[in-house]
Amino acid sequence: MKFVGCIAILAALAGTALATEIPQADRRSGYSFMGPDSRAMQDDDTSNPGMLWVLDGETLWKRKAGTAGKACGDCHSDARVSMKGVAARYPTFDKALGKPVDLEGRINLCRSNHQQAPPLAYESRELLALTAYVAQQSRGMPIEVGNDPDLAPFVAKGHELFTRRQGQLNLACANCHDDNWDRKLAGAPITQGQPTGYPLYRLEWQSLGSLQRRLRACITGIRAQAYEYGSPELVELEAYLMSRARGMKLETPAVRP
Amino acid sequence: MARPVLIALLATAAFAACGPAGAEGLLPYTVAGDAVPDSLTGTKGDATRGRALIVERSSTCILCHSGPFPEQAFQGDLAPNLSGSGSRWSEGQLRLRLVDASHFDPATIMPSYYRIDGLTRVGNAWRDKPILSAEQIEDIVAYLVTLRD
Ligand code: HEC
Ligand code: HEC
Ligand code: HEC
Repeated sequence: MKFVGCIAILAALAGTALATEIPQADRRSGYSFMGPDSRAMQDDDTSNPGMLWVLDGETLWKRKAGTAGKACGDCHSDARVSMKGVAARYPTFDKALGKPVDLEGRINLCRSNHQQAPPLAYESRELLALTAYVAQQSRGMPIEVGNDPDLAPFVAKGHELFTRRQGQLNLACANCHDDNWDRKLAGAPITQGQPTGYPLYRLEWQSLGSLQRRLRACITGIRAQAYEYGSPELVELEAYLMSRARGMKLETPAVRP
Repeated sequence: MARPVLIALLATAAFAACGPAGAEGLLPYTVAGDAVPDSLTGTKGDATRGRALIVERSSTCILCHSGPFPEQAFQGDLAPNLSGSGSRWSEGQLRLRLVDASHFDPATIMPSYYRIDGLTRVGNAWRDKPILSAEQIEDIVAYLVTLRD
């Protein structure tokens, strides 16, 4: 009897930890929660501040760097062709490294392995610019992460992290972004936490920022210890979020409030 | 008993400028049924300070709740309106709700404001501290009981 009771309680707890996932048909980009002004800012390239980073990225793409004396474009030629659809597939599983790599990580691998240049710091203007330029080549394309069996265990870890309560406020990502995305936190829409626009321009930041920056902000928001930039946990969360958003269209560079 | 309370109060006073809950240990309290009948500090809270605390961003209440706070433009809708809490719940029930809301429903999203165990990966700045001090909880309880309608 006692044993059965225990199982019932465990099942109830597990049920609360694993919140209901959003049905495919109900998935919505953060864009659809914004007011008309922010939407207009994102839609028009001449008013979208993120385009400044994209233009910087285009310049950097052609600039030689490192002791190899090579520019990105020397190997990849025209980004509009070679980088089309690439961001929609990231993070990918890197067979040589045996772990997933996000787009920023891939660009830094090219810096160190192919350009013989030091990796760029997360959130540096250069890394944001190159990432935005590469990702913008996939704008409007559907996200494809989630089909690779090698990536699956890392997506599963990201999912586990997404549903785990943490921090002084003892909340899981899912408590807000799966269970309460139609509600308001201190008057502002919570949204589904879809990763469709990164790197994106956040009015609150007055800057472009990476998905990892956003994740760290949410983790600090629940008063948990934020994972370091580039840490396996953040890449796993990115992999889960991108697979959760499979089929949704990339918007880089998006605008958010 | 009197000494730890005094020390805790002093600690609260000393850290008051640093925001909620100074480096204070938890005072012992007794749960009777679904309530904590006795004040955590042994004294009655101050309802005026309680109202000010509830609307303060760092207390986190109105991230989720709304309430009779017409001057607050930004209130949440993740949780019931706090109006009438004092008629729906006794003082002791309100105190237990703030101390440990998971007592009422283990699946609640409302944080436990006077608990430091059973939490994972709490950030350095907040580790081993309750979200609110015992004194702050008493002030908030004193205010909530006045919300009769
Ligand atoms: C010397 C040649 C070389 C240079 C220079 C170079 N790359 Fe690469 N890049 C590669 C190779 C080769 C790959 C395939 C993966 C690998 O082996 O590292 C690759 C892969 C990539 C990918 C992933 C493509 C995919 O389909 O998954 C991206 C994105 C990328 N590079 C961006 C850049 C950027 C941005 C720069 C400049 C900062 C750059 N690369 C510089 C050779 C280069
Ligand atoms: C207390 C509620 C809450 C929790 C818990 C929370 N977030 Fe958020 N999150 C927000 C709010 C509010 C925003 C900003 C609104 C927006 O633009 O989406 C946001 C934004 C985001 C975004 C950006 C969406 C976009 O459109 O660019 C992502 C991604 C995200 N959160 C992921 C997470 C992850 C992963 C976790 C867990 C580590 C988490 N959040 C925990 C409230 C929360
Ligand atoms: C993360 C969201 C969240 C935060 C922050 C929060 N609450 Fe709650 N609260 C809830 C929810 C949801 C309920 C509904 C019952 C439940 O799920 O536990 C609730 C219920 C209550 C109730 C009972 C309401 C009724 O009449 O039934 C009171 C009183 C209350 N909260 C006070 C507070 C106070 C005071 C604070 C700040 C110190 C606070 N809450 C912070 C989510 C929250």
